[in-house]
Amino acid sequence: MKTSSVGIVTPQRARFDEPLALACGRVLTAYELVYETYGTLNSARSNAVLVCHALSGHHHAAGYHSAEDRKPGWWDECIGPGKPIDTNHFFVVSLNNLGGCHGSTGPTSINPATGAPWGPDFPSLRVRDWVHSQARLADRLGIDCWAAVVGGSLGGMQAMRWALLYPTRLRHCVVIASAMRLSAQNIAFNEIARQAIQADPGFADGHYLARNTVPAKGLALARMVGHITYLSDDAMADKFGRDLRSGSLELGGEEPAEFQVQSYLRYQGNQFSGSFDANTYILMTQALDFFDLAREYGDDPVAAFREASCAFLVLSFSTDWRFSPSRSREIVDALIAADRPVTYAEIEANEGHDAFLMPIPRYLALFGAYMQRVRGAC
Amino acid sequence: MRLDLTHIQRWIAPGSKVLDLGCGNGEFLQRLAVERQVRGLGLEIDPEKITSAVARGLNIVEQDMDAGLGNFPDQSFDTVVMAHALQAVHFPDRVLDDMLRIGRQGIVTFPNFAHWRCRLYLGSRGRMPVSRFMPYNWYDTPNIHFCTVKDFEALCEERGIRILARDMVGNTQRRPLLANAWPNLFAVTAIYLISR
Repeated sequence: MKTSSVGIVTPQRARFDEPLALACGRVLTAYELVYETYGTLNSARSNAVLVCHALSGHHHAAGYHSAEDRKPGWWDECIGPGKPIDTNHFFVVSLNNLGGCHGSTGPTSINPATGAPWGPDFPSLRVRDWVHSQARLADRLGIDCWAAVVGGSLGGMQAMRWALLYPTRLRHCVVIASAMRLSAQNIAFNEIARQAIQADPGFADGHYLARNTVPAKGLALARMVGHITYLSDDAMADKFGRDLRSGSLELGGEEPAEFQVQSYLRYQGNQFSGSFDANTYILMTQALDFFDLAREYGDDPVAAFREASCAFLVLSFSTDWRFSPSRSREIVDALIAADRPVTYAEIEANEGHDAFLMPIPRYLALFGAYMQRVRGAC
Repeated sequence: MRLDLTHIQRWIAPGSKVLDLGCGNGEFLQRLAVERQVRGLGLEIDPEKITSAVARGLNIVEQDMDAGLGNFPDQSFDTVVMAHALQAVHFPDRVLDDMLRIGRQGIVTFPNFAHWRCRLYLGSRGRMPVSRFMPYNWYDTPNIHFCTVKDFEALCEERGIRILARDMVGNTQRRPLLANAWPNLFAVTAIYLISR
């Protein structure tokens, strides 16, 4: 365990019995959110930071669940003592979003109306539903105003939506490797992932829990496609090149050759399909596809950002082609035109979209410098 | 604080909105924020300078001026400052046009290439001047568009840019009398307040 870790953390659970009206028109009568916190809330309750997770993320963003844990939370590089989101100063809240499969109410939970798992009948969610449910969690924790709402990728979309829906409840919005809406190419990749899941006979139209089957192959394939888009060509070349894991390409031999990248992708896919719910994956990718920050502002992002009253940090990574720097520039340009305080940098990094999870020195230094400013006003 | 920056501060109204093109580590913007309560935004491309400026609590956007400033709306800032960057951009004339499109006024500072020491260096040695102030060799300098006080004023005249005020910095800090009397010969740094 690293010395700069938040150490052993224990997830907590909050139950909400006040019905939540969803963007799709349906109502969730009651729900639970599982979350973790790191650091200490100050007496003025002004040092709270909300971390919003991405497509396959969850509440376990930092630290370890037990001394035997090999891997820390998914954003341990950025959250902890002395790290960009410095838990010596900030009180960090990280939750599993509604519809998730890591403990918050979602497709694997029991539908109180039927007594069976929701499965594919779980309501379709939009990013704003997550934001509203996060606002209730803030109420529960006694946080009137976040020092910052922070997120990468789909998490960045939640942070931006926060700035528009609850402008008085955050002072800073940190948007990393994100976009105001997905491109057609992006939606296309998500569609392949959904098709892979739905084509798996084990999926059973989403009723796999009731049928006791698992769409493991489909989910693994979906993850493999996604994973490729999170890496850059350079990153894959660096990591695997054309290295063989077994066999040979020598002439005169029939022994089948297997590239390292093949076995890596299969491993990633299998790991994922063993730990993630297929209906949640479909729900999350749809929320990603449907998100369009400026839709109800006449498709004008400048008009949208005029609703916001916080300051923004926007970061992108040079080789990220899933959420490319030009998508971040669109956010920045809209913020400039809306006369909102904004800081932007494009970080030179080889790792593609995944760079936002990596300990890239310039990224950590700049993110940390900005969070110091956030701290100054706490 | 560089001398030209202390000079231009008085032209910036308290509480106004300032865009600093090539803001470096943000020292000037920070001083404006503290002493003039300005709302500032800095443009910079050097990663380390961006981090330093952000650490000062400033709003900084990583953007290359050479790729244009079209993302900034017309007349969206009170003052656009460009200190010691005119000679380093690809199209100084276009940047000047953009400055006065984006800002109600512009402030430009640049090294005067017609300073007598430059002339003497070039005249006597026949080589491009290298000095403490311009420490680069001709082949690896960021300064690709050196100009003189006369050149700059001629460009302003040609482009219909009004010179509202000018100030010259000479060799000695105390009495820039020579520099202001014969700027093209004695000014080391020229400072201009311009508008449309």
